[in-house]
Amino acid sequence: MKMIIAIIKPFKLDAVREAITATGVEGLTVSEAKGFGRQKGQTEIYRGAEYSVNFLPKIRLELVLSDDQVEPVCEAILSAAKTDKIGDGKIFVIPVDAATRIRTGETGDAAL
Amino acid sequence: MLKLLSKSLPLALVGTAMASPAFAAVDGETAFIFNTLLFLVMGFLVMWMAAGFAMLESGMVRSKNVATICVKNITLFAIAGIVFYLVGYQLMYSVSEGGYLGSLSIWSPDDTAFLSETPEFGENDTYAAGSDWFFQMVFVATAASIVSGTLAERIKLWPFLAFVVVLSAFIYPIQGSWQWGGGWLAEAGFSDFAGSTLVHSVGGWAALVGALILGARTGRFTSSGSVPMPGSSMPLATLGTFILWLGWFGFNGGSQLALASAENAVAISQIFINTNMAAAGGVVAALVVTQIFFGKVDLTIVLNGAIGGLVSITAEPLTPTGIEAILIGGVGGILVPIAVIALDKLKIDDVVGAIPAHLVCGIWGTLAVPLTNSGTSFGSQLLGVAAIGAFVVVSSAVVWLIIKAVIGLRASEEDELAGLDKSELGMEAYPEFTNA
Repeated sequence: MKMIIAIIKPFKLDAVREAITATGVEGLTVSEAKGFGRQKGQTEIYRGAEYSVNFLPKIRLELVLSDDQVEPVCEAILSAAKTDKIGDGKIFVIPVDAATRIRTGETGDAAL
Repeated sequence: MLKLLSKSLPLALVGTAMASPAFAAVDGETAFIFNTLLFLVMGFLVMWMAAGFAMLESGMVRSKNVATICVKNITLFAIAGIVFYLVGYQLMYSVSEGGYLGSLSIWSPDDTAFLSETPEFGENDTYAAGSDWFFQMVFVATAASIVSGTLAERIKLWPFLAFVVVLSAFIYPIQGSWQWGGGWLAEAGFSDFAGSTLVHSVGGWAALVGALILGARTGRFTSSGSVPMPGSSMPLATLGTFILWLGWFGFNGGSQLALASAENAVAISQIFINTNMAAAGGVVAALVVTQIFFGKVDLTIVLNGAIGGLVSITAEPLTPTGIEAILIGGVGGILVPIAVIALDKLKIDDVVGAIPAHLVCGIWGTLAVPLTNSGTSFGSQLLGVAAIGAFVVVSSAVVWLIIKAVIGLRASEEDELAGLDKSELGMEAYPEFTNA
């Protein structure tokens, strides 16, 4: 099992969700996140004075998948979230030791 | 808003029974009812301005101080009404002609006695005394609301409320007696129809002095310049501004003081038009000026521009034409961003922009009266601005310093950084982690 953590632009969430569910994935977790990468922050203006916003709003996706699902899902995220502009985000893949479905007690791939 | 219509002011001439011969005057009791209705309806519109201030200020403070600013706004409205009942009204309106001070006594309406005898309605300028009291009372809270916005996010609750007591019971009524009570400024020919100086500048001066004594929010000004602290909710700030705009029709319209003749009905209609046009002029001016100054339109300064336009027309909402009202309000809308920048340079921290909108535009509006009202003079307008300014600066400085010495004004730095909601109230404006 693997976990995919993807950071994407907020307005790309619907497109990414559609691309991911099209690969047969049954669930994912989304959170609002803030951070910076090479894009750094941006300047905003309030009452005539500029200030820098160092952390930009992003969406963080978390999915735990069976090993064979990882590649198509990564490709789905990549194609749906890409704008070719700085700030498109990143995809991380991390090994997962165990998974349990709380309702039934199922473990492993059956819990996904 | 002069209470005694028989006083020798130009505005009183419009308000009294001078219906042109072509119209049959309404009978005395009908006039009494219409005039009373005017005070009551315009009065509750002005009362609603307290909600406008509460929402404007809630939107422009950070979320960790929203509950505290809500508490301040509703308690200041309550306290201002109570102390104006107990002390303020008589201090303001029992002043002798040309005098400096009313009497210290609790007001009570003489309406019951008036009705138990055979009522003499006289000319068409009578009204229920209670309706007049109500209309005057709601103005007091406006002055206090101005102070709360400027000093938000770092003044403690109780010292602020202590200041509201003195402002509403003494400072506001004493200077009010000089003009609307028929005191020495009214004798001197000063003219302030609905209170650019008497209400808005008074709040603005008290706020400015308070801001100087209290100091800026921690971290607001650094060696490298000013650090913006964006407010928690722009929609709330905008809603608050719209509520104030609505309430202002009562503020200025009711200050005609009479409705029971065609002449008064026409005058109030013109006041509504001018009030709206001045606010519109202030918005458009601030819109253009912030685009030019900053390269982008600045919403909160545009909101201040609306208020600045409204304050600018408040000293004389009757005599200008619609075009003149747009220009008077428009100048206010230009003064607002300039004053915002100036306060930043001077390191004076005004959270909501009350000093630019209420003080600066209040002075401008008062000095602009002779431009459209030939019965007034620049000299007497300047006298009123200076006399009331000096009185409020000195008296409020004394009060702020006494409160500071006795119970302290500022929250500790630790409390300020944690937010006054947690440190002063032990609660949060938005406590839920997520919507359950």
